[in-house]
Amino acid sequence: MWEYTDKVKQYFSNPLNVGEIPDADGVGEVGSLACGDALKLTFKLDQDGRIADAKFQTFGCASAIASSSALTELIKGKTLEEAEKITNRDIAEFLGGLPKEKMHCSVMGEEALAAAIRNYRGLEPLPQAEGEVVCQCFGVTDKEIQKVAADNDLHTVEEITNYTKAGGGCGECHDKIQAILDQLWSVTPKVVPPKPAPAKKPLTNIQKMKLIEQTLEREVRPALKADGGDIELIDIDGDQVLVSLRGRCSSCQASAATLGQFVQSKLREFVSDELKVQEVKP
Amino acid sequence: MSHQRVVYMDNNATSQTAPEVVAAMLPFFGELYGNPSSMHNFGGKVAARVNQAREQVAALLGASPEEIIFTSCGTESDNTALTSALASQPDKRHILTTRVEHPAVLNTCQNLASQGYDVTFLKVDRLGNLDLTALAEAIREDTALVSVMWANNETGVIFPVEEIAEICAAKGVLFHTDAVQAVGKVPINLNRTAISMLALSGHKLHAPKGIGVLYVKKGTPFVPFLKGGHQEHGRRAGTENVPYIIGLGKAAELARKRLQDENSRVRGLRDRLEKGLLKAIDASMVNGDPDRRLPNTSSISFEYVEGESILLHLSDLGICASSGSACTSGSLEPSHVLRAMGVPFTAAHGSIRFSLSYYNSEADVDYVLAHLPGIIDKLRTISPFWAKYKQAACATPGYVEP
Repeated sequence: MWEYTDKVKQYFSNPLNVGEIPDADGVGEVGSLACGDALKLTFKLDQDGRIADAKFQTFGCASAIASSSALTELIKGKTLEEAEKITNRDIAEFLGGLPKEKMHCSVMGEEALAAAIRNYRGLEPLPQAEGEVVCQCFGVTDKEIQKVAADNDLHTVEEITNYTKAGGGCGECHDKIQAILDQLWSVTPKVVPPKPAPAKKPLTNIQKMKLIEQTLEREVRPALKADGGDIELIDIDGDQVLVSLRGRCSSCQASAATLGQFVQSKLREFVSDELKVQEVKP
Repeated sequence: MSHQRVVYMDNNATSQTAPEVVAAMLPFFGELYGNPSSMHNFGGKVAARVNQAREQVAALLGASPEEIIFTSCGTESDNTALTSALASQPDKRHILTTRVEHPAVLNTCQNLASQGYDVTFLKVDRLGNLDLTALAEAIREDTALVSVMWANNETGVIFPVEEIAEICAAKGVLFHTDAVQAVGKVPINLNRTAISMLALSGHKLHAPKGIGVLYVKKGTPFVPFLKGGHQEHGRRAGTENVPYIIGLGKAAELARKRLQDENSRVRGLRDRLEKGLLKAIDASMVNGDPDRRLPNTSSISFEYVEGESILLHLSDLGICASSGSACTSGSLEPSHVLRAMGVPFTAAHGSIRFSLSYYNSEADVDYVLAHLPGIIDKLRTISPFWAKYKQAACATPGYVEP
């Protein structure tokens, strides 16, 4: 039996916002009966462009229903720009965590939200519109795997299966998934140079700047250079770290999100958990 | 969560250890701790009781006591049968089995296939039945063993193993059956069959977990799985698990007495439960041949809802069942049995298995009938597919709102 948190149980037993908004502004449908779970999200905006109401219909297990209900609670009252920032991790955190094998339920929530927002903007639904299907059993594309892996720092095929279901059927795509992961994380240096001293005490501004520079130099730049790119530190404003990506990195749209995540995760690891990386266009 | 009551209908997963069985076992955890192999009276007394248990099991199976080998579980018995058939006939490298076996056989066969053995997995039809002509045709010169379960754990579908054993015997091929779900639920008289080997598991018939049996017909070539001491006439090494063997003996004696009840009263409970649910719940169906089933098992699919969700709601009410849905099978795909039968995804994901026992009552059935329709209703309100289905169904000529 799965170990669900009380919050998952609560949102499963008595889900909030069940239903369908008849004259919805955005409709997002993901999943299918064959896959074993599916979610239909509808939302309505108020005159200020905030999500006034959100409803869901879900076919799936307890964590799928709870994740869907959590999603509707998370997006209510937000502008679409704010809502877009919600990730599967936010959904999982809202519920006090999900069993790792069930993380795909939170990913389904994030995807339904993206689809509903795209629908509002008159765009084709993702991810089927883009990318190449890697997992035939569950219809998961390479783009989807790349995004979920980058967003959630996933490194193994098993983790990808837990988050996207890809590879959870016949298993024939395991090598392809591994290849995607290898490519994605090849920017990470395999041999980690000696780590800068862990920052436990609060840092002075100068210490923080130095440590950020040091980390970028040791942990980030070699990886980017190996890929024909570079990074420049523009400014540090409180916990905001402004960087500019140069060379091949700056023109590569697909990897922008990945790079931002990568740089931020390194800075958080070595400097401070509060840091946020923002890219500045040169 | 405090349950008002527990309604246990998951007996194909495991069953309650009968109080009589517990009572029979207790002295063997205490004063009767001797080793049955010892050359003293203290151990000898225990050996006599182990032999008595062997006779009790043999009586349930219609076998001779010397054909009974005690093992640790059904899985060990199945593994022993498969590997013994190959080891005792080194020139034969083919095994014939079905796609709907329990993992104890299925995964062991897949493992043997990866070691270079040749395995054929026979398909089943929509009702879960085998094509015996196809089975006979699939037997080859180098077939070491045919292994077909007596009854399926998920659907309860019974295979004609006695007939299959005859087919195999006529071709001089060994036949093994995983009878873990059948023993105690259907009459078995092995002396009158051509079955070479049979596996049973104690905890499915009200003995505790951790004890099983492999029946090996006299004259069947045999190579032990566990090697070591001379226990079980040199066929299964390791000091006998005496308390559990005694427990299984008692459980076998009870099962023999209760076989009639299983096939009348328990069958009646199952039928009433099943009919009641089918009547109360729209778009529901039974999986498996209704005319060839164990008396205690019902696999019912409720379309457009997912099994784990149903089980958790049932669990909150103290009702224990299981499901063949993806989310509960431990993998991401629904049960291999329902897929092999070609049950549509709409139904496979929403399948619930109720498996009853001697300990269930009419009140248990009433309790499930009172609560399950509401649970399905609630989940269908949440499901995006239900409204679509209803629209389509209402548009169908002749459709009457249930």
